This record gives sequence, C-alpha cells and structure tokens, in this order.
Amino acid sequence: MTGVVLEIAWRTVSMAALATLVMLPPGIALAWVLARRRFPGRALLETLVSLPLVMPPVATGLMLVWLFGRRGPAGGLLARLGTDVLFTWRAIVIAMAVMGLPLLVRAARAGFEQVDRRYEEIAATLGASPVRVFLTISLPLAKRGVLAGALLGFSRALGEFGATIMVAGALPSTRTIAVAIYSYTETGQDAAAAIMLAVSASIAFGALFLSNRVAAT
Amino acid sequence: MSVAITLDFVLRQGDFTLELRERVDARVVALFGPSGSGKTSVLEAIAGLRTPARGVIRIGPRTLYSSEDRVHVPPHERNVGYVPQDLALFPHMNVRRNILYGVGSSQDDGQATTLDQILSLLELHPLLNRQVGDLSGGERQRVALARALSTSPLLLVLDEPLTGLDRGLRARVLPYLERIRDELSTPMVYVSHDESEVRALADWVVELDGGRASRSGPELGRS
Repeated sequence: MTGVVLEIAWRTVSMAALATLVMLPPGIALAWVLARRRFPGRALLETLVSLPLVMPPVATGLMLVWLFGRRGPAGGLLARLGTDVLFTWRAIVIAMAVMGLPLLVRAARAGFEQVDRRYEEIAATLGASPVRVFLTISLPLAKRGVLAGALLGFSRALGEFGATIMVAGALPSTRTIAVAIYSYTETGQDAAAAIMLAVSASIAFGALFLSNRVAAT
Repeated sequence: MSVAITLDFVLRQGDFTLELRERVDARVVALFGPSGSGKTSVLEAIAGLRTPARGVIRIGPRTLYSSEDRVHVPPHERNVGYVPQDLALFPHMNVRRNILYGVGSSQDDGQATTLDQILSLLELHPLLNRQVGDLSGGERQRVALARALSTSPLLLVLDEPLTGLDRGLRARVLPYLERIRDELSTPMVYVSHDESEVRALADWVVELDGGRASRSGPELGRS
C-alpha cells in the first residue's frame, strides 16, 4: 500500500511541477500582453484564457480529448511522430497545465500591471531593446505576481480531477491523487481513500501556505 | 560648444495642443513656464516617449523625428539621456547597476574613461554599493544624472532636476549641473520654473505658456 501511495503522490507532484513549467512561458507572455498591450481581440483573448476557470473541468477535458485524440488536430500530428497523448502521463501534464494557466495569468498580469511604466520607459531611453526591458525591468519587478501565480497554478494542478480523468483515465499508470481518491471510494476501499485524502491535504496546505507567503512578502 | 537644436513640432494630448517652432544654437536650453504649459511633454517628445502629430526634432546632425521624411527613431536608439522629475531609479538594482544599466547598450568606445569621469564629477564612488532606497534626495539626483550620462548621450534632457530639494541641497546640486555642462560638454534641454536656476545654467530660454512659446531668447524675460 505504502508503495502505491508514494507512487501516486510522487506522480501527482512531479506532473504538477512539470505542468507548471509548461504553463510558465505562455502564461507569462499572455499576462504581459494583457497587461501592457491594447489590440483588437484583447477582450476575446482575455475571456478565452479564463474559460477553464468557469467551465466544468470535465468539459475542458472533453475538448482536450478531441484536440489530442489520434484523430484530433494536435493528437493526429503527434501520432504521426509516434507519440500518443491520451491515457499517458503527457495527458496529465496537458490537463493540469490548461487548468492551472488561468490562475497563473491572472496573478502574473496583476504583477505586470503594478510595474510603473516609467521604469520601462527610462530603460528604453538608456538604450535597452524591448526584449531587454522585459527581461531586466518588467519581469524582475513583476516577480512576486509571477511567482504567486506559478504557485497558484501548481496548487490547481495538484488537485485537478475532471479534465485529468477525461484525458488520462484512472489507469494504475496515470492515477493522480484526486483520481485515486475517486476510484478508491468507488470500489469501497475507504482506508486507502482516507490515506490519499491526508496526503492530498498536506501537499495542498504546503503549496497554498507557500503561495500566501510569497504574496505577502 | 553649442549644438543646433530643432524643436519644430505639434503634439496633441487630448484637448491640449503643444506647438513649438524653435531652432536654436545653444549648450543649455531652458524651458521655463508654469505647470501645465507642456514642458514635460516637450522632453518626452525629444526622448521618443511621445509621438508628435507632425514636425521635426533634430539634435545637431541627427534627425530623431521628422513627419515629412517619415523618421521616428525609437527611444532605445535615440541616445537621449532623460532624467524625469521622479528620477525613476530602478528599485531592484543598487547604485552601481543603475548607473551601468545603459553602458552595455551604447556603442561608444571611449566609455571607460568617460564613466570614471562622470563618477568623479558627481562624487559617486562612495555610493556605488548602496541600495537606491537608502539614498538622500541629492544623492538620488546625482545617481539619476550619472545613469543618464553613462551612455554618452547626444543630449541630456532634465525635468526640474532641482525641484523637491531644499535650498541648501539645491545649492549643492547646481554646481554638478554646471560641471556637466562645462566639463562633459553634453548639451542639455532643461525644464524649470526657478529663475535663479535658469540664469545660472541656460544660454537660451524658451518661455512656455499654454502649449506655445510666449518668448524665446538668450535671456529670461522680465515678467
């Protein structure tokens, strides 16, 4: 039992960490664009990014099944390259990243909005290209928002259930903590479910505690 | 050594229209006038942070903006050292990193000596490892000046560099500005509403009122 618990806990934490790494580049780019640029379609983009936050996770999961299924646009392409997505660890990472992204974007965007444009302007007059301004001024000054967002996204990924079970199922090789709690309860293994619950609560508590600490400093 | 400075442009911001038609040869041009007369907007247009509706901005032989020739050099390629009124020292860098921020990006070869000269001139060596938040008003002012000068700018634009400093501090910072003018020979465009400052520094004064030059000449008019 302990072996299985540890395996599931490790899988959940490492997949959530990987998902956080995957969502960071697009998340930071989206946050910056939404905070700093005015363009047609901005409201649409804003809505699209936040959609997974309000849609039933299972529905988001279904969209991902279509997208990454062997006959889907992304899945078909990957299948031809010899990579399956659905019901593998890759599906877990994708589901977690999509579900965590809105939280990351929101917090990081607030971080970028708090950066005084003055600093960016002055950096430009000192000869810094827009890319250098972003890397040396905007990003470091928005660091707290980005970090808090990454931790929120990570926490969301840890607890992700609906989208994950749609794309990765409840196979022994793809079970995360949330999925395991569900299947143990379904099959009457209450003790195992309770252990998973305790593990889940401890990890979530740690992540949230850290996230609040980052936001407060 | 004086420089030909052309500020002949129209700039619109909401209801406010700024219109200048200045072509002067000077070392230090002062923009003098009440608040709301458009002084800061002129500096921002020179630095490239605001785009005029039309006109020409030229410093010496370099055209920074010309609506007719479709020239609009972006701020990071202008090499105009801008010291805004709020100074905007980078809060996440110490004094040294603030001052050196622009050094990597400009193309001047004789920079090492110039930089040392700037640090000596502004007496900044003892402050290099300090945090920006720990500096006094006069020290912040000098760091901002050094940062703007570190790229060997074509032109230095200063927004009320002595405002916010008390009388004693002004008297101590003013000589630094005179040294920049005399020893580095960096031309300046300089905003102020203090007459004594303008008299001490400027060799050309443009008096602004409501977005237009009400007077322009080598000396401050008697008002």
